[in-house]
Amino acid sequence: MKQKLGFFASRWGIVVVGALIGVIAVSLQKMGNPANMGICMACFLRDVAGALGLHRAAMVQYLRPEIPAFILGSFVAALSFGEFRFRTGSAPIIRFALGMFAMIGALIFLGCPWRALLRLAGGDWNAIVGIAGLIVGVSVGVLFLRKGYSLGRSQHENNRFAWLIPLAAAVLVILAVFYPSFGDKMALFRSIEGPGSKAAPILVSLGAGLIIGFVAQRTRFCTMGAIRDVVLMNDWHLASGVIALLAAAFGANLLFGQFHPGFTLGVDEAGKVISQPAAHTVWYLNFGGMALAGLSFSLAGGCPGRQIFLTGEGDGDAAVFVLGMLTGAAVSHNFNAVGSAPFAVWAMGIGLAVVLLIGFLSIEKGGNA
Amino acid sequence: MTNTIDARGLSCPQPVIMTRDALKGRKAGRITVLVDTMTQVYNISRSAEKLGWTANHEEKDDQFVITLEK
Repeated sequence: MKQKLGFFASRWGIVVVGALIGVIAVSLQKMGNPANMGICMACFLRDVAGALGLHRAAMVQYLRPEIPAFILGSFVAALSFGEFRFRTGSAPIIRFALGMFAMIGALIFLGCPWRALLRLAGGDWNAIVGIAGLIVGVSVGVLFLRKGYSLGRSQHENNRFAWLIPLAAAVLVILAVFYPSFGDKMALFRSIEGPGSKAAPILVSLGAGLIIGFVAQRTRFCTMGAIRDVVLMNDWHLASGVIALLAAAFGANLLFGQFHPGFTLGVDEAGKVISQPAAHTVWYLNFGGMALAGLSFSLAGGCPGRQIFLTGEGDGDAAVFVLGMLTGAAVSHNFNAVGSAPFAVWAMGIGLAVVLLIGFLSIEKGGNA
Repeated sequence: MTNTIDARGLSCPQPVIMTRDALKGRKAGRITVLVDTMTQVYNISRSAEKLGWTANHEEKDDQFVITLEK
């Protein structure tokens, strides 16, 4: 007898949810979020880091309400389906490092995999280079997994401390809603120009975040897992959700007149190249940054979005990965390594070396394969 | 050959890899997999069903016991 697992676990479930995320993301852009950045886990965490004062890049400081709403949406979904389980203890400091370097890589490309899809759906061809890098990074991760890579088991904790996760998310929501200032030149910071100044109305952002957090928890939507499952075992379940996201976002962009194809947007009257929104054209940084991110995601078992949703369902190790990403954002901006900035290539090289070393050192004898 | 796989506490996709390796080369039989999240129940069930096995699960003491049969 075959047990039914429900709509969200089905092929239709993941396709509908992928398409829904695509439409919501593009609608958020229409309603004020930065161009081709309706949702970006890396950029939004970076903006949160800026709002809290962890970095001083004045253009990208905003406590994005979507981030804590993702966690709360996933929390509610996990709780209402009896899936909330507080667990931690699987190599937390390694996961912190993976989160940090994942963020550094993503910020060299200028976006997480979700934004890579949204950039592609908006006509930014640099995203193709980034996605190619992502696929290579994830594939290298698959090689490690086949060799027996493991960060070890998490421990099932008593739920005594489980309130920490929703509490942290709730505090961030309250801060985002009231946006208090703690004094002159003190947090919370908020950009008055640049991407950090562009935002959909707060209730829209919160609502979108809650809905996406809920459905993503139910379907286990994961962009890294999508690539990994195809490479590892020709399983297109998660990939069909990712393709649906891309297709829906592309359609919605056409509808809203937000599709502008090219590696750049041409030149202005003075002959200066107009770049795609929050993008650069240095191919080896787009490729290498995303390869670093993809490898880090696959070694940690999930893309940044998935790590955020896992946090909501009680995974303390995923929470540590997310904290690593926050730190990574601060490192990238404070050390001038974002996009095609002077130290990006250094950050990429160091990151690849460290993450590869983590991979080699975590291969267990006897292995998975 | 072991008939029980303990994949509790492992990150994606290790439980699936362990299960697939155990199913590989077996024509028929019965294998039990222990996991502690519904995500792994979904992943392992989907993966095993693709290989022609039937999957059933039950919750026991905050963990899940998946039974794969062919």
